[in-house]
Amino acid sequence: MSFLDSFFSRKRPEASSNVARDRLQILLAHERQAQEGGDSTLLRTLHAEILEVLARHVSIDEDNVQIKMDRGQKCSKLEIDIQVPQSGLRAQVSTMTPNEDL
Amino acid sequence: MAKIVVVTSGKGGVGKTTTTAALGAALARSGQNVAVVDFDVGLRNLDLIMGVERRVVFDLINVIQGEATLHQALIRDKRCDTLSILPASQTRDKDALTSEGIERVMNELRERFDWILCDSPAGIERGAQLAMHHADHAVIVTNPEVSSVRDSDRIIGMLDSQTARAQKGETVEKHLLLTRYDPSRASRGEMLSVEDVVGILSLPLLGVIPESEDVLKASNVGAPVTFASPESVPALAYFEAVARLEGKDIPVTIPTEKRGLFDRIFKKRGS
Ligand SMILES: Nc1ncnc2c1ncn2[C@@H]1O[C@H](COP(=O)(O)OP(=O)(O)OP(=O)(O)O)[C@@H](O)[C@H]1O
Ligand SMILES: [Mg+2]
Repeated sequence: MSFLDSFFSRKRPEASSNVARDRLQILLAHERQAQEGGDSTLLRTLHAEILEVLARHVSIDEDNVQIKMDRGQKCSKLEIDIQVPQSGLRAQVSTMTPNEDL
Repeated sequence: MAKIVVVTSGKGGVGKTTTTAALGAALARSGQNVAVVDFDVGLRNLDLIMGVERRVVFDLINVIQGEATLHQALIRDKRCDTLSILPASQTRDKDALTSEGIERVMNELRERFDWILCDSPAGIERGAQLAMHHADHAVIVTNPEVSSVRDSDRIIGMLDSQTARAQKGETVEKHLLLTRYDPSRASRGEMLSVEDVVGILSLPLLGVIPESEDVLKASNVGAPVTFASPESVPALAYFEAVARLEGKDIPVTIPTEKRGLFDRIFKKRGS
């Protein structure tokens, strides 16, 4: 680090360490909770059950259901991306009978 | 043909995870499809170094146990879409890593990627053995320090006897990566020199990564150093290592003391 760099960096807050602290706070909050069976268990259950419901209506490849997570400070974002192919839709139509109770 | 590379060391804390991230990111930047796989069950850190820790849903053990597909467990890097991360499990037992399960995952990864980089746990136990088992190449991360060199020698022995390639009478291609190298301490004779380590381990040198604050800064923000500061000395050394890993015959840059006049005068003020 040159003299000029260290001169300027003294005036500026140490940005990368702040990022590190914030990241750790979020991560550890979730990990501590996960040890009590929180976060990841919930996701796994959701995933399995969503697939189960889907399978009742359409035939889709498990790979076409993507579950994405973004853990945040106050809340987390769960994104579920389901690709329903044309063949899957047809399967749905063909298995539907008029009186089916869904 | 896909290549599986294990990043291993025996000794802990020498820079395996840092290296897996930096090499993986550098390879992916050149447009190749790369997966980095964390084998450190219970102590995963590759997700944190890659900056995807908030996005982990499934892990390697979920895939092995059939609770998720490989596709669902892979996390696509947001900075480079040819780079994917397969995290280790943080909570499950190491014994859930079966060798049959790993073989299946590795075969599937081979079909989808050009490079698969396996971040080995420290030690010489099962976890390290599983991480190296399917490797075509090994990057042996070594610090210029006696215990690290000794442990690397142990690992070299294991690569030559216990891997799938060794069992087939083939060899794992081994490369020495010297990390956390401090040129000023080496020149003062306080640290083993590059020649010393190369001489003792007699392996081809993939690169020499200097001790650098850029590595710490990159880990703070959750980016491989080859993404966070691609022009920095350690990143350039990693890019060079990648070129050699790809088979290019280029000389290895040995870091030197590059101190400016100001640094020398104001040495006491600086880092
Ligand atoms: N070139 C470098 N310059 C400065 N610090 C470094 C360098 N390489 C690694 N480090 C630091 O060394 C520490 C250990 O690095 P890392 O986690 O990559 O090692 P590891 O071999 O994966 O450890 P473990 O055996 O526990 O898995 C980290 O704090 C990292 O930031
Ligand atoms: Mg590690």
